[in-house]
Amino acid sequence: MAENLTIWQTMQAKGHSRREFLKFCSFAAALAGIGSAGFPRVLRAFEKEPRPPVIWLHFQECTCCSESFIRSSHPIVADVVFDYLSLDYTETLQAAAGFQAEQCMEDTMKKFAGKYILLVEGSIPLEDDGIYCTIAGKSAVDILRETAKNAAAVIAWGSCASNGCIQGAAPNPTGATPVHDILSQPVINVPGCPPIAEVMTAVVTHILVFGKIPELDSQGRPREFYSRRVHDTCYRRPTYDAGLFVESWDDENARKGYCLYKMGCRGPVTYNACAVTRWNEGTSYPIQSGHGCLGCSENGFWDNGPFYRHLASFPGFGIETTADTIGTVVGVAAAVGVTAHAITTNIRKRKLIAEEIQNSVPESGDVEGGEE
Amino acid sequence: MQNTTTSSYQRVYVWEFPVRLYHWVNAITVTILIVTGYVIGNPTTITYGNEAYQQYWFGTVRFLHFVSAFIFFFNFLVRIYWGFVGNKFAKWHNFIPLKKDQWREMVEILKVDILQTKMRGRISLGHNALAGLIYFLTFIVFLFQCITGFAMYSSMSSSPLPQLFNWVVPLMGGDFAVRQWHHMFMWFFIVFIIIHVYLVFYHDYVEGRGTTSSMVGGWKFTRKD
Repeated sequence: MAENLTIWQTMQAKGHSRREFLKFCSFAAALAGIGSAGFPRVLRAFEKEPRPPVIWLHFQECTCCSESFIRSSHPIVADVVFDYLSLDYTETLQAAAGFQAEQCMEDTMKKFAGKYILLVEGSIPLEDDGIYCTIAGKSAVDILRETAKNAAAVIAWGSCASNGCIQGAAPNPTGATPVHDILSQPVINVPGCPPIAEVMTAVVTHILVFGKIPELDSQGRPREFYSRRVHDTCYRRPTYDAGLFVESWDDENARKGYCLYKMGCRGPVTYNACAVTRWNEGTSYPIQSGHGCLGCSENGFWDNGPFYRHLASFPGFGIETTADTIGTVVGVAAAVGVTAHAITTNIRKRKLIAEEIQNSVPESGDVEGGEE
Repeated sequence: MQNTTTSSYQRVYVWEFPVRLYHWVNAITVTILIVTGYVIGNPTTITYGNEAYQQYWFGTVRFLHFVSAFIFFFNFLVRIYWGFVGNKFAKWHNFIPLKKDQWREMVEILKVDILQTKMRGRISLGHNALAGLIYFLTFIVFLFQCITGFAMYSSMSSSPLPQLFNWVVPLMGGDFAVRQWHHMFMWFFIVFIIIHVYLVFYHDYVEGRGTTSSMVGGWKFTRKD
């Protein structure tokens, strides 16, 4: 295995000019939300610090996170993205296979103990001793524990690794578990199905430049990208406040680009940067393309269905029954109940009521203690 | 008509002004919260302008919801305070059945007023034991709605009060779940109002002690003998 070079060294080796390198640094800085004052710091890191060795693990996933990552447009060039990190082990992209590949991982773990970054894509099955996902004869949970022990930082890529995603959806047959529920050390959750490519590179950039993990929120997500709701950054937000809603997928309002709130858009309950960075080189994001947000970066989004309705189904009552259906039934039952009670009262207590009326003071009589 | 069995009654000041004020502020804010909350959950498209900037009705509905929620919350706090300093009818122990007698009274009320297998029973001056317990449950729901409401509000607010509740979101599994629960408990209020208003009229009708008007003037009546 080669000595770990700095990013500047690898870029020089590829024939990039100093000017291109500086451009790359400023892209990376802007992406990680570092202002121009912090630029020298980025430059120093990329020039002097050896690229962090990376072990990228794949467990129960669909590789959409990797697919997203390699489409990162800023920093631009695909090979720079790979030179950016020293990707020492990743099943999907590495040339090595079999024992050679496993050897690679072991070498990295030994040689760069406490220095390498561990990226985890996919959930970890815990049911039946974790036999549902094994690589090279080892279960996913064992591989994770072993590699995480000496990692400088652990990043959970995507919803599978950070909240279980579809594997973790009910009934969760494999006992799919997110990374942070298994490890005791801090885990950076980068949820999304997949996460936005630029967000992924920016998280890595942050670690590289500052040598520490970015500020995380209460769910372990980097604040820079997950502190605002898709709804609050959505360009259709004004139509929401105006009360202009799409009522069906092909109505006039849909053509006018009104708010998809009533079509089950999860924007108001989803924390992500989609509406800001957008996807595929900033081309678009679901709502811009006329489809509501599915809330793919939120916990248990597969179980919060149906996707195209604002209210979820009420558990145990079938897909068409919402809290409102149940509430209406209970409300009507209460109204019927009190009416029945009122009628019963007049029948059962008629003697008592008649007695009270009998005992009341006659119209002409004096009211004891009365003033008139 | 003979007048010999007519009992003489005495006026008793039961509900002090803060209790009455709390009750009506609560009634108004809860009504606004239910109506606006329902609209926020199931809005209809109302178009009176050509462009989004020309109208803001949905934003106004949400604003009303938030303002009412703040009033509701502080009103609730005032009532809790009054549960410690108010008169004996307002004291906290009316709401929590810690005494055996309160449980006995509940059974009696079930027999006399709900099932009507017994014709006469004692008539409490303040809250009866069963009502007290139900109000205690509503206080818990109040608290739940405040916590979940502020939790959802915390992401769009920089004021410190909602921020106190942002831990609720990860605990309940995300904003979606919080919203779902918050919405579900709206129906508790609707059902509560139906039964509450009915029972007030029922007690007034059967017992004739001025239950309904007591929440306006504060006075109820009790037999002198």
